[in-house]
Amino acid sequence: MIRVRKLHKTLGSQEVLRGIDLEIKKGETCVILGRSGCGKSVLLKHFVGLLQPTSGEVFVDGEDIARLPERELGRIRKKVGILFQSGALFDSMNVGENIAFPLREAGLRDPAVIEEKVAEALEMVDLAGEQEKMPENLSGGMRKRVGLARTIVSRPECILFDEPTTGLDPIASDSINHLIRRLQKRLSVTSVVVTHDMKTAYHTADRIAYLHEGRIYFLGSADQLRHSRDPVLQNFIEGRSGDSD
Amino acid sequence: MLRFLGRSVLSLLQYLGELAVLFGETCRALVTAPIRWRLFARQLVEVGFRSQLVVIVTGAFTGAVFAAQTFFQFHRIGMESAVGAVVAVSMFRELGPVLTGLMVAGRVGAAIAAEIGTMKVTEQIDALRALGVHPIDYLVVPRVMALMLSMPILVAECCGLGALAGYLIGTKVLGISEAYYLDTMLKFTGLRDIKMALSKGLAFAVLVVFISCHQGLNAKEGAVGVGRAPTEAVVIGSLAILVVNFFLSFALNIIYPAGV
Ligand SMILES: Nc1ncnc2c1ncn2[C@@H]1O[C@H](COP(=O)(O)OP(=O)(O)OP(=O)(O)O)[C@@H](O)[C@H]1O
Ligand SMILES: [Mg+2]
Repeated sequence: MIRVRKLHKTLGSQEVLRGIDLEIKKGETCVILGRSGCGKSVLLKHFVGLLQPTSGEVFVDGEDIARLPERELGRIRKKVGILFQSGALFDSMNVGENIAFPLREAGLRDPAVIEEKVAEALEMVDLAGEQEKMPENLSGGMRKRVGLARTIVSRPECILFDEPTTGLDPIASDSINHLIRRLQKRLSVTSVVVTHDMKTAYHTADRIAYLHEGRIYFLGSADQLRHSRDPVLQNFIEGRSGDSD
Repeated sequence: MLRFLGRSVLSLLQYLGELAVLFGETCRALVTAPIRWRLFARQLVEVGFRSQLVVIVTGAFTGAVFAAQTFFQFHRIGMESAVGAVVAVSMFRELGPVLTGLMVAGRVGAAIAAEIGTMKVTEQIDALRALGVHPIDYLVVPRVMALMLSMPILVAECCGLGALAGYLIGTKVLGISEAYYLDTMLKFTGLRDIKMALSKGLAFAVLVVFISCHQGLNAKEGAVGVGRAPTEAVVIGSLAILVVNFFLSFALNIIYPAGV
């Protein structure tokens, strides 16, 4: 579904991505782990053409999108949805209008149908009945879930989740984990989940990639990761900084 | 020194280039992408309808004070009746368009830059793109259309109120004969002056809207970046209006010559 080859990205004076090779297969859920600031969000944005690589190729459904002009990327973005780390809700619209936005853009006009789909999407993220609230009156975790509802409402074939559970309470996290699983099983959605939450990783992943110093340091199943002897991976899994007091 | 000069020229050229690209893409979007009438209507209310009060007050007080000053000078040489012509002609040809432009640059330009800038740094523009909506279609085109339609109307209101205020002050307060005032005013102002006012209004609309959209779309991260966008939009917009007005006055004077 998505394949990147020799992906390099320099932002400012910093080389954030230094040659990423990764393939996301159709229907799988791939989790990308990595320390904060290692370039996970940057990598994810390349998958929908929000950033253009300094060099390298990005294929979506076999088409190289790395050099595609903005207007032609619209086609790709109908297939691949992205949940932003910040939620990125439109603050001029209320929750309901935010979620209805992709539907209206897709040409849906019937208000009853839109309303029904919006309610259904909100239900999926445990926010039933919150249509009228404005984004500035939501908590961080609620914003993220509304962002998630906006991403899944138009049923893209592939969804990129940027830290879907960060900032959520354990119960809401768990229900998002189940939601990601359910999307894969029932609607055979391909998912890429960026996270540092090991629980999310183990729960949702078919495969796990570990991003380190701008490269894919590890790629394998959850079990392989758990039983790895590599100190870099072990420290991350166990949450050890190596400091003592 | 020379290097500094060279760098300034280069950055000016780069800036103009970026504006030109934005302008080109907007023109393309106007032709190829479907127009979002709803957003256009909302912007029309925001930039046009809500700017009226500011513009009318500016026009009226400028016209009034201008009439008074002209009267004080002309009174000494017994040419009070020319006040109407002087006020109306300068209102239409220069003051009306420029003052409206400056007020709109301050009110609307700042708002546009702040709004788009905030959307930029909070990833809302990326979210638009990710949902397959081109930010130019959604954010720039409706504002461009709204301002290009409103600005000539605002200029007309400003000039009209200015001339009216001048007339009221001149005849009711300063005691110029009403018939004389009207006669000279109508004799020296004509369709050419109105056309000049409207053309300038249109030109200033283009300047303000592209400069502020550009500032917003290129806002830098953080509170400082977002804060700078509207400030620069207003400063650059106002300066651009004053400079362009100078050249427009000469150019338009060839098309719509002043005088009887
Ligand atoms: N627009 C930008 N300009 C310059 N540098 C940037 C920009 N965006 C990101 N970076 C840099 O790229 C690096 C990776 O950022 P990114 O947001 O991808 O991290 P991340 O892995 O998602 O971290 P987190 O887990 O905290 O979200 C960071 O060091 C950041 O400073
Ligand atoms: Mg991130």
